[in-house]
Amino acid sequence: MEPSISIKNLALSFGNLKVLKDLNLEVGQGEFLVLLGSSGCGKSTLLNCIAGLLDITDGQIFIGGRNVTWEEPSQRGIGMVFQSYALYPQMTVAGNLSFGLKNAGLPKAEIEDRVNRAAKILQIEPLLKRKPAALSGGQRQRAAIGRALVRDVNVFLFDEPLSNLDAKLRADLRVEIKQLHQQLQNTMIYVTHDQIEAMTLADRIAIMRGGQILQLDTPHEIYNKPTSKYVADFIGSPTMNFFDGAIEGGDQLRFTTGDLSFTLEGYEFDAGTPAPGTAWFGIRPEHMLSGADAENAPIRMNGQVNLVEPLGSDTLARVTAEGHALWIRLDGQAAIASGDSIAIGFDPARANLFDKTTENRL
Amino acid sequence: MADSQVLTDTAAVTGPFGRRPKPIFSRRNIMLYGTLIVIAVYYLLPLYVMVVTSLKGMPEIRLGNIFAPPVEITFEPWVKAWSEACTGLNCDGLSRGFWNSVRITVPSVIISIAIASVNGYALANWRFRGSEVFFTILIFGSFIPYQVMIYPIVIVLREIGVYGSLTGLVIVHTIFGMPILTLLFRNYFVSVPEELFKAARVDGAGFWGIYFQIMLPMSLPIFVVAIILQITGIWNDFLFGVVYTKPDTYPMTVQLNNIVNSVQGVKEYNVNMAATIITGLVPLTVYFLSGKLFVRGIAAGAVKG
Repeated sequence: MEPSISIKNLALSFGNLKVLKDLNLEVGQGEFLVLLGSSGCGKSTLLNCIAGLLDITDGQIFIGGRNVTWEEPSQRGIGMVFQSYALYPQMTVAGNLSFGLKNAGLPKAEIEDRVNRAAKILQIEPLLKRKPAALSGGQRQRAAIGRALVRDVNVFLFDEPLSNLDAKLRADLRVEIKQLHQQLQNTMIYVTHDQIEAMTLADRIAIMRGGQILQLDTPHEIYNKPTSKYVADFIGSPTMNFFDGAIEGGDQLRFTTGDLSFTLEGYEFDAGTPAPGTAWFGIRPEHMLSGADAENAPIRMNGQVNLVEPLGSDTLARVTAEGHALWIRLDGQAAIASGDSIAIGFDPARANLFDKTTENRL
Repeated sequence: MADSQVLTDTAAVTGPFGRRPKPIFSRRNIMLYGTLIVIAVYYLLPLYVMVVTSLKGMPEIRLGNIFAPPVEITFEPWVKAWSEACTGLNCDGLSRGFWNSVRITVPSVIISIAIASVNGYALANWRFRGSEVFFTILIFGSFIPYQVMIYPIVIVLREIGVYGSLTGLVIVHTIFGMPILTLLFRNYFVSVPEELFKAARVDGAGFWGIYFQIMLPMSLPIFVVAIILQITGIWNDFLFGVVYTKPDTYPMTVQLNNIVNSVQGVKEYNVNMAATIITGLVPLTVYFLSGKLFVRGIAAGAVKG
């Protein structure tokens, strides 16, 4: 099937500053793609390039099989939702929704029809006569989504649409956006720096850094098999525990860090058995076992609890063991306090190994 | 232990509680309002003298009690200032200058603001190659002293054939208002969220569509500020008026000067005072009517820049 959006060798620079570098990306029909990265990684810039709000320096952009590289934003067949809602303050919600349609010269009846349909989908019918100033944050964002919806386009672009909302509303609207996507089945590109939004919404996540896509894969793969240390470190909260050490050869590969040395039995290397050398050994806090579970783990050690963060659903503990400070995720009911001694263990099969110099997955 | 318990208890009962009392005649209030009243009187006194003098007849003025209210109120100086006072050969009072000033101010204000707002909008939202350089040059223009440009402009106006006419003066005012007005509008439009502009582009609005339908309705306060700045500035202008017009087309300020500074005959202080008040009435009215909007607009424009 033809991809909905395809970006070929896209580059953008402001003077000498290269914001996007030779970027290639294909987004399938009806796919929900999330661009994720820390601020300044170029994710919003990429979205603005797709929308046509920024003139690119090099490369091509195709939307729906059509080369739109030089086209105006309004002609690209996209709808866009902004972080600050960007509703026109002097127009009513209905006016906001119909502004683009009026500019396109649609007949009045058609405009009214589309506005009403969008309002119905988003449940903002009672608000149509109001000005944006008289709406709450969530209602404003819904109206902003409505403005993209009335355009009847196949591609929606979201630029951190939930960042200005409070935590509860954000969770609610996140679900609504997901439902909207299931209902409309159109292509969506969603920029965020919130990894929970990325993990929950995305069909695929593109992790960006320094104007390039580091890894493009499903949330499951990104979480469980990050291809680089940066991605491993970026995804997951609290972050992955890393041991700085070296892989030693022999009939059984061993990882040595400080006084700790253990075999890497069970770990599936990406590209065959690696040569001995320095490496990072990473393991997620939820893969750290404690108490009775730790007894059966292939690798065991004793640690001292420094800090406890009870989250209700589960409890995070910062533990010092063998000179390493480690995050451990425990059951929410775990009776644990700062200063306790605790047995911890883990299985190398669940770990992630990265080359020290290239930081790529081994 | 027990003692201290009692102590804190009584302190809680007898000590300060609730809203802190604010005596009206505190040292602070006396200082504050005293200063304000003194300053207000200082600035209002000349106006009082002008009004009082303009309502007196000449014999009463000659008594020399300039602060005394008029014994016999007469409006004759006002009538004379408006329609009879002589400047040069014309003896039709300030009315001629008033209408000249209106004919100068209205088109100058409208044209300068129309152009400057579009300038500011383009510089803020449609950055083009060299727009920053253009802006710098424009701002630099506001630092060049007027005196340097007076004679070159005389030549330019003469060459295009509008020297001495109201049209010429309107052109001069429009040009000289450009740097400060463009700066004002640019800074205001820069403070409008960029996403709004992007959203309008996605919605298919072009340069003028965004200007008229999005930006203009949002920027009423800054337009009020610009209108006030221009009306008062152009109405009060003397230098350009005296240089670029001729007696028939003198604006009100120039005519006022000619009435007050005439060296022939008796000095009619009452007529002079009335003429001055009439001339100052327009900017004064503008300030009174729009004071609140003015402050709001200035503040809005000053937030970012």
